[in-house]
Amino acid sequence: MTGTILGARDIDRALTRIAHEILERNGGAATIVLLGIPTRGLPLAERLAAKIATVEQDFDAHARCGALDITMYRDDLYRQPTRPIGPTTLPPQGIDDAVVILVDDVFHTGRTIRAALDAIKDLGRPQSVQLAVLVDRGHRELPIRADFVGKNIPTSRAERVEVHLSQVDGEDAVILAGGER
Amino acid sequence: MKHLLGTQDLSRDEAVLILDTASQMAATQEREIRKLPTLRGKTVVNLFFEDSTRTRISFEAAAKRLSADVINFSAKGSSVSKGESLKDTALTLQAMGADAVVIRHWASGAAYQLAHGGWLHGSVLNAGDGTHEHPTQALLDAFTMRKHLADSDGGGTDGKGLDGLRVAIVGDVLHSRVARSNMHLLTTLGASVALVAPPTLLPVGMDDWPVEVFHGLDAALDAQPVDAVMMLRVQRERMTGGGASFFPSPAEYTRMFGLDIQRMARLPDHGIVMHPGPMNRGLEISAEAADSARSVIVEQVANGVAVRMAALYLLLAGREGAS
Amino acid sequence: MVFENVSFAGQTEGYLLVEDGIITGMQGTAISAPASARRLDASGLIALPGLVDLHTHLREPGREDAETIETGSRAAARGGWTAVHAMANTDPVADTAGVVEQVWSRGREVGLVDVFPVGAVTVGLKGERLSEMGAMADSRARVRAFSDDGKCVYDPVIMRRALEYVKSFDGVIIQHAQDLRLTEGSQMHEGEVSAELGLAGWPAVAEESIVARDVLLAGHVGSRVHLQHLSTAGSVDIVRWAKSRGIQVTAEATPHHLLLTHEEARTYDPLFKVNPPLRTAEDVEAVRAGLADGTIDIVATDHAPHASQDKDCEWAAASFGMLGLETAVGIVQQTMVDTGRMTWGQVALRMSHLPARIGRVEHVHGRRMAQGQPANVTLVDPASPWTVDAATLASRSRNTPYAGRVLPGRAVATFLRGKPTYLDPRFEGVFA
Repeated sequence: MTGTILGARDIDRALTRIAHEILERNGGAATIVLLGIPTRGLPLAERLAAKIATVEQDFDAHARCGALDITMYRDDLYRQPTRPIGPTTLPPQGIDDAVVILVDDVFHTGRTIRAALDAIKDLGRPQSVQLAVLVDRGHRELPIRADFVGKNIPTSRAERVEVHLSQVDGEDAVILAGGER
Repeated sequence: MKHLLGTQDLSRDEAVLILDTASQMAATQEREIRKLPTLRGKTVVNLFFEDSTRTRISFEAAAKRLSADVINFSAKGSSVSKGESLKDTALTLQAMGADAVVIRHWASGAAYQLAHGGWLHGSVLNAGDGTHEHPTQALLDAFTMRKHLADSDGGGTDGKGLDGLRVAIVGDVLHSRVARSNMHLLTTLGASVALVAPPTLLPVGMDDWPVEVFHGLDAALDAQPVDAVMMLRVQRERMTGGGASFFPSPAEYTRMFGLDIQRMARLPDHGIVMHPGPMNRGLEISAEAADSARSVIVEQVANGVAVRMAALYLLLAGREGAS
Repeated sequence: MVFENVSFAGQTEGYLLVEDGIITGMQGTAISAPASARRLDASGLIALPGLVDLHTHLREPGREDAETIETGSRAAARGGWTAVHAMANTDPVADTAGVVEQVWSRGREVGLVDVFPVGAVTVGLKGERLSEMGAMADSRARVRAFSDDGKCVYDPVIMRRALEYVKSFDGVIIQHAQDLRLTEGSQMHEGEVSAELGLAGWPAVAEESIVARDVLLAGHVGSRVHLQHLSTAGSVDIVRWAKSRGIQVTAEATPHHLLLTHEEARTYDPLFKVNPPLRTAEDVEAVRAGLADGTIDIVATDHAPHASQDKDCEWAAASFGMLGLETAVGIVQQTMVDTGRMTWGQVALRMSHLPARIGRVEHVHGRRMAQGQPANVTLVDPASPWTVDAATLASRSRNTPYAGRVLPGRAVATFLRGKPTYLDPRFEGVFA
């Protein structure tokens, strides 16, 4: 099964659902802060924040959204070419005692999230951290699970899941590529 | 990048990448917890053949903030023993498993030799070699200038160079590794450079350098607006003692090349005053100028740590041989 | 012994008969070689009169870790030289009859080349008091050439007196032209490369001003001055002018100043650190032109061995100097002969006849190749490109700047008074 798995409308629908689940799980948005993991976790976090704001009137989407670059916390730095470091921006009130929703596009081995948890630890002490992902493709290598999943896509390790977002790629789509077995 | 030996060979993209990375590093330094785990398990050796407490602690802070292990190796005095110690020291460091060696040396080319001598496996960062180059100083200067002078549109500085800026470097260009490194880097980043010095303190053979030359600070300030003026340290004893006669007297030097309040007032409103330190107050720069609101001298020091963190990160945090 | 099919200085071809160290027959005379004579096929080889180096550092006494009279002699023989002039900057300095006799007799003991000691001009090379040049001239070493090489005779009064004093025994003052004040701390040629590398500059004028002073002094007192290692276009011009005025000046060029430029310093490899420094391409061209037109009389090696620790270090901490004996023929061929600027006959003139004459050893060296002359002969193979390998040099030191370079030719056999002092492996068995 290769090709486009999710189209623009599917992605929007999934994000709407996740936004509602976040509100439901946390009994509202009072203490919620969304941190997107660059590159594509960032626009996803912004979209989720906007959707939450349509439900919760006093939720300031812009002020509750941030970026969390995890490059300097990766455990595979010495296995890869040198990576550029992306921006980390926190909401003005910080993340202490907040419910941090980590947002990423593809949930795979769990190593990115492990790095993100380490990064959060250096930035403050949130009340709790929850994880929202657009796609869960399986193959976890660490005991980490997602709290909110747009779509579970069973894959082989050889396959690649590409998330395209209009802010970055000019279109919204989730594409499964490669890896004929 | 495997080594950082000078700014002469840095491409614009590489230089901008270092500055952009330094911006991110600087941001981490405003946090409560400033230590990052990035270079955990890596060993950085500060190999200093020449005293420079400032540069050493700046590199030491940078390495420690990235969780690298730091070993300080002071090899001062080895100049007398005719330098075989450079090779032997390198072999020692190799045996100790140094991933990066930050070298400060009185001899021009020592960093290049350490990187290319085949003695050492790790990365080499030049922290000043003789009268040749001092690349991290130039990078921190560029970082400081970019922050103050290259964000007129308010869109941040990432990805930007120093295009269209005019920088005056004033003083002992002949013996200055800071001047050489700045000249190369500023030119690469699109700035124009004016060297301001008496002819005795300019090297023979610089005809092809991409610079304007002035033999008085007033002439340089008259020619065109100067966005940043960088005052070099004058080594009083070296200049007039022992028959060197680079200029007649400190007083005459101050009259023609010193930055005082009056000259500083002739900078445009946004103009900044820089100095790599340590300063001779009253010689190349007046105390008032050094302490004025235009002076970014203290900020240069702070930016030094971020720039050195960026350099260490870019040299050490990738798979070896990958770039 | 008969050399067959040999080319005399690249011009005529024929045979050469050597008996008891003397040339007894050449092309044109009937061969009267006994049937038992050893025969050496020298097809394609060029016979030159044994080469004479006016500028060699053998380092003994004092720095036997860098070179000895024995290893230096072997390097010389391998490079095609049958005589070398050993510079005085040893430890102790060769400023007394005792030291020069010691060097001279050790050279004879080794027997691979004739070692002619050069005496110091001033005591301890300090430039303050004249050394006892008369005693050295009268010694068994029969010194005629005097030099403070490595240091300049800087004081103009001392230089004048030295020039005058050596007239009494037909001596020559060999000057290392270097203004000391202009070269304090200097590391390399002052120009665009030094400006960029941040290595302290060594201006051309530091050489030229002394060259100018000394040709004027020599003219004034009517004595002979020999100028070492001319490295700048300006020096060549000044010597050319001086010769046009009839001043008794001679000059030398080193192989490295015929080939290498200051660009080599970009690697900060101290193997390229030399005194005077490598100069610009324009200077190299001027030195070649000067050698071609005779302004520069001779090629001399300035063979300067250094122990590895004196070169395997920072540029500024390294010693000045490079090896030269074993590579000189190849470099002269490459830069002067293969470029059509000199014939092999002129090579014989500039590397044998004239250096012998300047050093006043022309009664035994640099003779014409003719019947009755001592059989000091160098055979050069101009068509055997070879790659310089520092590890295989005969010198005790390894500081050749040419490692890895391919040179077009080299000496393949050297005979001192008929005795082979170096033979290429191709001649194995011929003299067994």
